[in-house]
Amino acid sequence: MSQSPYLRRESAGTLASSVRLAGRTSPIRCHLFTTDHRAIGRLYLWLALLSVAIGTILSLLMRLHLTWPERVLPFHGPVLPEDYLALVTIHGTLMLFFVLTTAPQSGFGNLILPSQIGARRMAFPLINAVSFWVIAAALVVLLSSTFVPGGSPISGWTAYPPLSAVPSAGPGQGTGIDLWLASIALFAIGSTMSSINQLVTVVRMRCEGMTWGRLPLTVWAWITASMLSILAFSVLLAALLLLFCDRHLATSFYLPVGDVVNGTLRAAGSHNGSPLLWLHLFWFFGHPEVYIAILPGMGLTSMILGNFSRRRVFAYRTMITTTLLIGFLGILVWGHHMFVAGLNPFAGTAFSISTIAIAIPAAAKVLSWLATIWRSRPSYTTAFLFSLGFVSLFITGGLSGPILAQPILDQYLHNTFFVVAHFHLIMAMAGIFGLFSATYYWFPLLANRTLHEGLGRIHFVGSLLGAYATFLPMHLTGLAGEPRHYAQLTSIPNAAGDLLARTLPLNRGITWAAFFLAGTQLVFLANLLLTLWRGPRSSPNPWDATTLEWHPNLSESDFGLLPVVYREPSQYAYQNGEARALPQWIDPALLPSAPSTSGDRGVS
Amino acid sequence: MHRSLDLLLSALFNARDIWRLPVDGSLHGALLDRHLLLNLWIILGLAALAHLLLLAGVLFARDRRAGTESISRTVRLEYLPLAFFTLLFSWLTLRAERLWALSRYTGAEPTALQVEVTGMQFAWYFRYPGQDATFGRVEPALLDPGAGNPLGIDPADSHGKDDLVSSELVLPAGREVDLRLRALDVIHGFAVPEMRVKQNAVPGQTIHLHFTPTRPGTYAILCTQLCGLGHYRMNANLRVLSASDFEHWLHVRESRGTT
Repeated sequence: MSQSPYLRRESAGTLASSVRLAGRTSPIRCHLFTTDHRAIGRLYLWLALLSVAIGTILSLLMRLHLTWPERVLPFHGPVLPEDYLALVTIHGTLMLFFVLTTAPQSGFGNLILPSQIGARRMAFPLINAVSFWVIAAALVVLLSSTFVPGGSPISGWTAYPPLSAVPSAGPGQGTGIDLWLASIALFAIGSTMSSINQLVTVVRMRCEGMTWGRLPLTVWAWITASMLSILAFSVLLAALLLLFCDRHLATSFYLPVGDVVNGTLRAAGSHNGSPLLWLHLFWFFGHPEVYIAILPGMGLTSMILGNFSRRRVFAYRTMITTTLLIGFLGILVWGHHMFVAGLNPFAGTAFSISTIAIAIPAAAKVLSWLATIWRSRPSYTTAFLFSLGFVSLFITGGLSGPILAQPILDQYLHNTFFVVAHFHLIMAMAGIFGLFSATYYWFPLLANRTLHEGLGRIHFVGSLLGAYATFLPMHLTGLAGEPRHYAQLTSIPNAAGDLLARTLPLNRGITWAAFFLAGTQLVFLANLLLTLWRGPRSSPNPWDATTLEWHPNLSESDFGLLPVVYREPSQYAYQNGEARALPQWIDPALLPSAPSTSGDRGVS
Repeated sequence: MHRSLDLLLSALFNARDIWRLPVDGSLHGALLDRHLLLNLWIILGLAALAHLLLLAGVLFARDRRAGTESISRTVRLEYLPLAFFTLLFSWLTLRAERLWALSRYTGAEPTALQVEVTGMQFAWYFRYPGQDATFGRVEPALLDPGAGNPLGIDPADSHGKDDLVSSELVLPAGREVDLRLRALDVIHGFAVPEMRVKQNAVPGQTIHLHFTPTRPGTYAILCTQLCGLGHYRMNANLRVLSASDFEHWLHVRESRGTT
């Protein structure tokens, strides 16, 4: 590997320097085939931005069709039921995998994690680059499914067999789902490599003084998510392989004897498989996956609330423990997606207890966040506001979790819009707010510029209102009985027609709110482009932060002396009602005698 | 647009209208609804409280000083509330598990009406066992919807001769029903919101679900597990009749044959 010259060149770590350097070497080599973690992190973020843009447009098309099913799409024609389900499938797959997994874990993980632990680089730079390209290939393969005969798959991001196992089950279930399988398999391989890399980096490459107890909570979140990724994606990969065999090698892992799909008798003979095997394997992956998406947001929220409140994060050690506990419990709860799937009812009870148990570490996090900011006179930066938004959405979306965790209530609410509301608030919206918070906070490190705060505040207020206006009413339509995955709610025969018609007025309101929410994101895009074009240069540590990624030498050159860490993050000295930051890297010998610090063990 | 505003306003200001649960027509539904509403009010209260604390925490400033962390403060702010949450959620779980056990841990009474429910892309079929109270054998190879045998009932089995196949589920009020759920092709979700029941029908399995309809009327049976392009229109009617009307319906259908 000849990465050292690239590392040296890319180490300046800013777009500006990259552009300067592009004159010297081919820009393709410099930006695309780099093994520098910061360049790779930026590539991940661009990939996630592209995916979130497509995913959002698809969701708007879904809302449009659901509200006005007779409308004809320009350049497309009428939206058929299979088109709607293809939108659902690609929206879910893009958002879950290519946005909420890649951006927080791989994007910001690459950009920030090494410098936060005082490392020059990731442990395996080449593997890092390869995993990005595998994931980029996965995205291309996924999107290409739109253009094959039959179009994209229609079985949702969970791809339950036999619907996903038998080509005759519907349009998109032929080549379309084969491409989906290939895409997710590539994604699983890329994510596993990337997670091993992150885990090894944290274990092996922490700088002097960076003990486990001094790691920022973001790093704890990243390594917990990495451990979950390694476990979950390897199981998913196995499940995908079995599904591939069922589709092409005449096996019957997921297909029972005598299954007749669309007039075709499948799996005759003695091979008796069960679709429930897929549900177990998929959700063993799927539930940890949602924690992979949200844990980095939780870690960042803790650090940002502490930073702008000028306080140590309340109950820091408890926060570390609850991060690990949420990760651990996250692998024991998959059955709560299967309360009405045909499990033994005793299993329902067991999984409901393990699921409710997660409410306790999650509540501990909220209590810590509230105590951290409590009457602290915080600075209302956009990053701080988005973190507050994260807490709000985490509370609102999280509280419906214990309801869905009770099998008797899930028997009524399962697969209704109540569930859609729950996971969009807790995972999608809270996850996105975490990403926005990260973007506003770390943008000076990404591009050496600061995003416009005024536009940022407009973006925050619009997004918060839009998120609640879109997803809160979905609880009501769900309680009224509206199921997910319905291509339309009008012209439905029988008593179902009346039941679904009751939800139409509210559904129209939801669609308007969704357009408002998406429109607000244009403010962010404008802010991003304006700032990249002519935004103000940022000072080296504009938020007066205490963690190592703001170390002057790390942002200027990776080849300065490695820093030494003296204390936990979020430490402050208080004098006359003012708080002075004590960055992790400042030698206590160089400090004027600190009058009072908050519970620090590193300062004597 | 004004209608949605209407609904939103009525939802906000009319407590009886907030949750808009469909009517409940089942014996177990009242307890389920009570538990659901209890849960909803609790989380509404907790969400309001947490947001009040969040707003108060950032709006009511005081001198910036160390958020000193002492053991007593950690216990007071973190562990006491956590103990409260543990008790609260344990209590809710216990209540929920008892209701779950009541409806799921044991099967139907032997006197329950037997009906087989079969899901296929994109229809539900309901089979009554007829006078002999025994369902005839079904063979996937004999499936022939065009010839009036959508379930593949084996004509060689005498038990199947009096089986009655219907495209609507008709049940007597006040008598427990024992549904056997099957799926021919892909997984389907059998859901009757007004009976507060939902259970997937899985190919290769026969899953039992039992409940007692109490209120005569016509209710929606939905498919709630994505099953293909016609998923949204895979529904049927549940007609709950009085006991005598049900006997009459059954008699008429049996005399007409299984069409």
